[in-house]
Amino acid sequence: MAHLIIFLPLIGFLFCFFFGKFFNFKISQIITTSFLFISAILSWILFFSFLGEKDTEVIHIINWFTSGNFVVDWSIRLDALTTTMFIVVCSVSACVHLYSVGYMNEDPSKVRFMGYLSLFTFFMLMLVSSNNLLQMFFGWEGVGLASYLLIGFWYHKPSANNAAIKAFLVNRVGDFGYALGIAGVFFIFGSIEFDVIFNNAENFKDHSIPFLGLSFSTIDLLCFLLFIGAMGKSAQLGLHTWLPDAMEGPTPVSALIHAATMVTAGVFLVARMSPLFEYAIVTNLFITFIGAATAIFAATIALTQNDIKRVIAYSTCSQLGYMFFAAGLGAYNASIFHLMTHGFFKALLFLSAGSVIHAMHHEQDMRKMGGLFKKIPFTGTMMWIGSLAIIGFPYFSGYYSKESILENAYYSNSSMATFAYTIGILTALLTAFYSWRLLFMTFHGETRSDNKTYDHAHESPLAMTLPLALLAFGSIFVGMFFADYYIGKMQYVFWGDSLVVHEGKHYYLPFIQTLIVKSSVAIGVMLAALIYFYKNNLPKNLAHNLDPLYSISLNKWYVDELYNSIFIKPYFLLANLFWKKGDEKIIDGYGPNGISKIVALTSNYLSRFQSGYLYHYAFAMLGGLVIILTWFIYY
Amino acid sequence: MIYLEHYLFLAAIIFTIGVLGIFLNKKNVIIILMSIELILLSVNINLISFSVFLNDISGQIFAMLTLTVAAAEAAIGLAILVVFYRNLGSIEVSKINKLKG
Repeated sequence: MAHLIIFLPLIGFLFCFFFGKFFNFKISQIITTSFLFISAILSWILFFSFLGEKDTEVIHIINWFTSGNFVVDWSIRLDALTTTMFIVVCSVSACVHLYSVGYMNEDPSKVRFMGYLSLFTFFMLMLVSSNNLLQMFFGWEGVGLASYLLIGFWYHKPSANNAAIKAFLVNRVGDFGYALGIAGVFFIFGSIEFDVIFNNAENFKDHSIPFLGLSFSTIDLLCFLLFIGAMGKSAQLGLHTWLPDAMEGPTPVSALIHAATMVTAGVFLVARMSPLFEYAIVTNLFITFIGAATAIFAATIALTQNDIKRVIAYSTCSQLGYMFFAAGLGAYNASIFHLMTHGFFKALLFLSAGSVIHAMHHEQDMRKMGGLFKKIPFTGTMMWIGSLAIIGFPYFSGYYSKESILENAYYSNSSMATFAYTIGILTALLTAFYSWRLLFMTFHGETRSDNKTYDHAHESPLAMTLPLALLAFGSIFVGMFFADYYIGKMQYVFWGDSLVVHEGKHYYLPFIQTLIVKSSVAIGVMLAALIYFYKNNLPKNLAHNLDPLYSISLNKWYVDELYNSIFIKPYFLLANLFWKKGDEKIIDGYGPNGISKIVALTSNYLSRFQSGYLYHYAFAMLGGLVIILTWFIYY
Repeated sequence: MIYLEHYLFLAAIIFTIGVLGIFLNKKNVIIILMSIELILLSVNINLISFSVFLNDISGQIFAMLTLTVAAAEAAIGLAILVVFYRNLGSIEVSKINKLKG
């Protein structure tokens, strides 16, 4: 069954890739979509079998390579964590496949698109089901590739190409850390199989590596390197710049890859390696700090963005921050639970945004929307559900997971945890604010679009609304159904040994804290309502009066500009130097070009002998004759 | 009395005139052809005088062969010249540099 789940998407991709052009595009769409739905259904069945007490199961597929004692196998590791990822990936992917059939209706290369989506799903499943670090790296790079292909799907747009390259390059920085981490793990543990690493992790608790005269705690160093990889993939502060730009891709891609699944790979990595991260005390502080910082940082940017997809992209960044600080505090189960609920409601938000964009004829600027609820009530309702879920409205899925993260932060006894808790509450306020800002600007109030577009706005076809409904179902009920298993009474039974669950950590927040959390969300919503619904000229005045803050937020804290001046410009200068001076002048100048120049010069000089005048030739012949004769006579 | 040296001396003079005629002449291709004839002639004189002096007939036979070749060469050379003149309208040596690469 696990084989089917993983390899059906691959088969779908191979079909599209090799045979797609021989058939009508509908065949490809039907095949990939139905395969994904089969995968999704199977993964739910598999998931339910893991709800009870069930041990980790490793299915060996085939040996990949053996080099000395470095043995790598292709295998599938099935446990609660993997199956959780299976249902998130397959369900969201199936919905996105179906949605794409409607969304990409007018695009000429539908087959390619469906193929890439399936390819991505395959790699992602490979990533989450691996039993060693290297197979995970294979999936890790594979999803990076699929992400590159899909961001640059509209390759005739220069901005899409640039965004694709940017995403790939920024990820490369993280992947470098990850690759070093794998090498380090092999160096220390002598194996990259998870079981070996986890069983031996405790022995290396106090081990340290000397490097450049300094001594590093081994586990801290390894976890730090692995976390660098996770930061790249999950767009954490510092390596987050690619995620908003990735919104250049088609909206279903944003929903599948850059919101629900691929960007959560970093969180998954930390959770998967939790037995190792348990002992990385310093790195955990770092993770907590980065997570919390990203959460608030991205949220402040999301406040002022005008592109509907960018708001949601930054919101993704911010929610990933939540997951990371939960993981850093040791609440891996809360982190994964938030990953799961977030997968559903963020995909819902993105696909709804796609539906809005579809209705508005590819207009993404929220300043040109407004009042759309009357025109597209279904999409509007879905967006409301998604927003309620993301702010943690009681009994929606986000409520359980976010609450649990905050609880864990509140009950962890360290100053970092207090910091994270405060940030978490502030971010919850900001989240509520920007989510409702998005809702009000898009769906309510007077319309700001021109009449023609507004009149033509129409509800999306069934292929797009059905996935929305499925995801909305998930966004509402996933939390309610599974909270007990993930973070509640059943957590030890459910997780088993698939990740580290700390003893007795499930309390409820004291009443006063609950009140603070709830009221911060309520304040956020009310502020948004006040500013964007009741007082229409307030945003402008605020932006004017708080200009420094507003521009910092609008310009994303100038991180892109900073990177531009710190890394990119000097790098370009250096590269230019090497190119112009090093390569062109020295290597080419004295190498091939120099030799050819010498040959050209000499031959040019010699060709002057070829004057074309008969008597010159005759003279040369005579001269030659005289010389030969002289030689003959005298020697 | 005329000795072998006189013949050789004559041949050397004619040969030198021929050689100089080839590359001091800038005006006319016909003069080049004539100079070549002169060179061949000087060679013939050498051949025949040695043949007489050494009492060996093969030198004279060789001279006959050279004469034949020279005649054929002159005929072909003149024919080429005529065609050349027809095409380019000039047989001035200093203007002919078609061989230039």
